[in-house]
Amino acid sequence: MLILHCPYCGVDVDETDLHAGGEAHLHRESTGSSDQDFENYLFMRENPKGVHFERWQHAFGCGKWFLAARCTTTLEVFGTYSAQTTEPPQDIQDAITHKRQGWSWRNFG
Amino acid sequence: MSQNLPRVPLWVSFASACQANKGAKTGCLAGDSTLKRYSAFAIAREAFRQHQGWERAWRSPAPKSSYDVVIVGAGGHGLATAYYLGKNFGITNVAIIEKGWLGGGNTGRNTTIIRSNYLQDPSAAIYEKARSLYETMSQDLNYNVMFSPRGVIMLAQTEHEVRGYKRTAHANSLQGVSTEWISPARVKELCPIMNIDGPRYPVLGGLWQARGGSARHDAVAWGYARACSDMGMDVIQQCEVTGVMTEAGKVNGVNTTKGDISCNKLGMVVAGHASVLASKAGFRLPIESVALQALVSEPIKPCMDVVVMANTVHGYLSQSDKGEMVIGGGTDGYNNYTQRGSFHHVEETVRSLIETFPMLSRLKMLRQWGGIVDVTGDRSPILSKTPIEGVFVNCGWGTGGFKAIPGSGWAMAELIAKGQSPLTDEFSMYRFGEGKFIDESVAAGVAH
Repeated sequence: MLILHCPYCGVDVDETDLHAGGEAHLHRESTGSSDQDFENYLFMRENPKGVHFERWQHAFGCGKWFLAARCTTTLEVFGTYSAQTTEPPQDIQDAITHKRQGWSWRNFG
Repeated sequence: MSQNLPRVPLWVSFASACQANKGAKTGCLAGDSTLKRYSAFAIAREAFRQHQGWERAWRSPAPKSSYDVVIVGAGGHGLATAYYLGKNFGITNVAIIEKGWLGGGNTGRNTTIIRSNYLQDPSAAIYEKARSLYETMSQDLNYNVMFSPRGVIMLAQTEHEVRGYKRTAHANSLQGVSTEWISPARVKELCPIMNIDGPRYPVLGGLWQARGGSARHDAVAWGYARACSDMGMDVIQQCEVTGVMTEAGKVNGVNTTKGDISCNKLGMVVAGHASVLASKAGFRLPIESVALQALVSEPIKPCMDVVVMANTVHGYLSQSDKGEMVIGGGTDGYNNYTQRGSFHHVEETVRSLIETFPMLSRLKMLRQWGGIVDVTGDRSPILSKTPIEGVFVNCGWGTGGFKAIPGSGWAMAELIAKGQSPLTDEFSMYRFGEGKFIDESVAAGVAH
């Protein structure tokens, strides 16, 4: 079972208390966006074998959404952080680099 | 009698098999088959010589430097694609490349349910094609796949499902797929071990497909592999594709752990790893990979001779010929490549199933496993051309690929050979941008 740290409550939370929300750091397209950008935004999810960034909700706790950096091949969690950001904090990126040299995810890494 | 075949020795020493094939003539034509047919006579013949004469069911050759078509992925869908390339289109200079072992991915991990009662027309067409091909597969392949059309009930346990399945039954009658809406009493008659009274999940009826059922999943892969090998195709196991070679937007080969292999056309049929392989070719797919789990109980005496799917409680149940209760569960909500699902899903599945099937509560569960399924936004597959000329992709079967294997192979072979197939037209990877979904996620409620 996954155990993620809720950055708001400051507690470690079992997967059964969480709700998975899919890919993190999505850029919401709007008027003026091309059809291709809209298709990418709506359907083309990152599906890496390795480092991944995701949204999670502390559903049976504070109810807030936070973000997590996780490995999809080992289920290792590199860290969790507030959702009030458009890119992973430097300490999270450093933690990933420490474990996975040469990682990249979209424009990060 | 002729269907009760002994199992052919499978565990081939890979190295020695390669050695044996060095210098051997490859590429024999379908016409001069040296394959020994399985039959009642063959069993009797072998019985007189201590079963010394059984041969390996397929060759394990070293890869040639070039093929007309390379199929990546020797699971059911990949092997079926190769088989129909040879059988329907005479294309036999084909390699099927497999990273692991043959049929060791989702083909060997599913709950073997076969049905075609889908809502949307394009789905019904390809799944019914598949189901109809299962009817004669053992004879076509001369390999007993143990197809058992024992009937499939999709249980309606909420009013929403009642409406949904009645709608599907009407759609099926228009599509020419034989299904019917049945009453709770008929459900109880077909499956007496079921508790239809609730209280939380009363059975309100069901969608019954009498010619649905199950088959032996490993045998489907083995049968196709044997037939492909007999047509002169090379099934190459333990050979991972590390890159896709292109020139001016056209494919001209693959890099593998056993050297470069050139080809004119490339079929990617790798299920959960579709995104990984597509990224090696430089394009993206609208796919996410998640873990789906199944488990089996200890074997018990025959107690259930139909397949039951209970979508409300996320449980799929049948009894195997060995007597195990085979239970399929739900998918995890997050991306995963570990072929291992979350344990609490097992508990959820079993907890809700035992209310509908009280006798299961006394059973010990023996084994549990997971597979990585490739899920699209509309829960329908992708059989499509790609941005790279000569590369074709067959993926996105998600939680319901086994039932589709022969139809998928039939359609994919036509797509590769002719560049177009009526069965795949609607399943393009570009349908999402165009808004032309084949929305089975709504029709099935959950997994399907």
